[in-house]
Amino acid sequence: MHQLSAADLAQRLSSGEVTSVEATQASLDRIAAVDDRINAFLHVDAEGALAAAADVDARRAAGESLAALAGVPIAVKDVLTTIGQPTTCGSRMLEGWVPPYDSTVVAKLRAAGLPIVGKTNMDEFAMGSSTEHSAYGPTRNPWDTSRIPGGSGGGSAAAVAAQQVPLAIGTDTGGSIRQPGAMTGTVGVKPTYGGVSRYGLVAMASSLDQAGPVTRTVLDAALLHEVIAGHDPRDSTSIDAPVPAVVEAARRGDVAGLRIGVVRELHGSAEFGGGFQPGVRQRFDEVVELLTGAGADVVEVSCPSFVHGIAAYYLVMPSEVSSNLAKFDAMRYGLRVGPEGVPAPSAEQVMAASRDAGFGDEVKRRIILGTYALSSGYYDAYYGSAQKVRTLIARDFAAAFEDVDVLVSPTAPTTAWPLGEKLDDPLAMYLADVATIPANLAGVPGISVPAGLVDGLPVGIQFLAPALADDRLYNAGAALERLVGTTTLEEIA
Amino acid sequence: MSQGISREDVAHLAALARIDLSEAELDRLGAELPAILEHVAAVQDAVSPEAGGDDVEAMSHPQPIVNVLRDDVVVPGLTADEALAGAPAAEDQRFLVPRILGEE
Repeated sequence: MHQLSAADLAQRLSSGEVTSVEATQASLDRIAAVDDRINAFLHVDAEGALAAAADVDARRAAGESLAALAGVPIAVKDVLTTIGQPTTCGSRMLEGWVPPYDSTVVAKLRAAGLPIVGKTNMDEFAMGSSTEHSAYGPTRNPWDTSRIPGGSGGGSAAAVAAQQVPLAIGTDTGGSIRQPGAMTGTVGVKPTYGGVSRYGLVAMASSLDQAGPVTRTVLDAALLHEVIAGHDPRDSTSIDAPVPAVVEAARRGDVAGLRIGVVRELHGSAEFGGGFQPGVRQRFDEVVELLTGAGADVVEVSCPSFVHGIAAYYLVMPSEVSSNLAKFDAMRYGLRVGPEGVPAPSAEQVMAASRDAGFGDEVKRRIILGTYALSSGYYDAYYGSAQKVRTLIARDFAAAFEDVDVLVSPTAPTTAWPLGEKLDDPLAMYLADVATIPANLAGVPGISVPAGLVDGLPVGIQFLAPALADDRLYNAGAALERLVGTTTLEEIA
Repeated sequence: MSQGISREDVAHLAALARIDLSEAELDRLGAELPAILEHVAAVQDAVSPEAGGDDVEAMSHPQPIVNVLRDDVVVPGLTADEALAGAPAAEDQRFLVPRILGEE
């Protein structure tokens, strides 16, 4: 049962062939059987998930009309608050913390009847591209457990790839849904900024963060997108507009006549610094041919400011990080430790000692970098310039979307790399997000769809669309999925 | 604009950010940050006056939204007990914090 897509499982639930309790137990059994090799879960809530499943089964038996995915088990990245389950953000700072409120995404999952089986591992406070920056040990890629699953949402991606759950929620600030999707052969969607509420999403960079679906099929992602999207008065940046018709688009999956732009700056030509694995480039070229063969009108487009995306991102994001993480002050929740050898320390000394003990290396690095970029005398040159580059990138998108319906690129420059390879070279790690970052800076939606294997490891293809045109991603993504098939893991390696 | 950042700068920034970094952490960040800053400083050239950056507005946010307000009506919120449930220390329905002034 654990191999079924969410759509197939939902159908069997609705026909009465299986119950949600059985489906949820199958997910819990699979987690128990394989997660010691993957470490995708930071917390498993068997009791809560089975109670939610029994409730759905009872309501179904009583003839109640239920949501499409009611009864399908799901996992949630440990950065979204959950009543009754810890929310650690992969950090010692929040070890054991149980939030007093549900994030809107989680509240919507509960309202739609999806049992939440657990919380998934992640880079600490979503800062990283490999899930190695988790304070609770790295998640391993089910395709090759000596390799990273991508990050920061490696736990959600690995859990779905390893068939522990059919569905998971991730969050994407610079690629943290899409890049792990590419590394694990799963579908990952970053919706339009403001399309999914950020209420209860522990903020890393508020102007970039966006929650979205992690699944094995494009249709499953669309079904989940529909559950979690929509206006929320509790998030001031939530868009008050109808949710795009994503499910209909995922069922359509037809690129005939669709204008697709290949972004010159994002497919690894030597002119733009190279750095893309040859196998990834080759697979991308093959995909472009397949799309053309299916009737798409593929042209090359130029987005010249994208080459400054990483530089702008690594100023905007740490600046927002340094501000957002100031709330971890050891006073109201989270870790509190006193400095060693100081009798009756002051609040300020406790705060500084707690933040040193509670935060890991990457979090500290970004807070210091952001504090620098925002400090007097440097603000205009760093943060101010980065904000202007953001405008240039948004203009590039706007110009490109005058000519094409969607953009396409490899999701990531490489397949999954060995654990530890980039851990001592932060800049090399940052470059893993070169193709995903522009969408976050401009607020446009993106999807990563698996496109088979290179040397036994999954490769992802990314489509990008204009803000509020998320449906185009699902149409293009479903078309590609039909052309190449899903990338299904046979056995954890 | 100098992109230099010294170990002393890092110590100053850490004090501003209220993180009691160890000597080893100061050494490491002092060694790492210059390369990262050199990379991100590319944004300065991208929007220099010569590159036409003077007429580029700064973008703080992807959406043209300002001042989203809700109706001024009372809605249910957390109880004091719920709000204090995760506190490191609490007393009389309030957060209990270490001393915030000098010696008492």
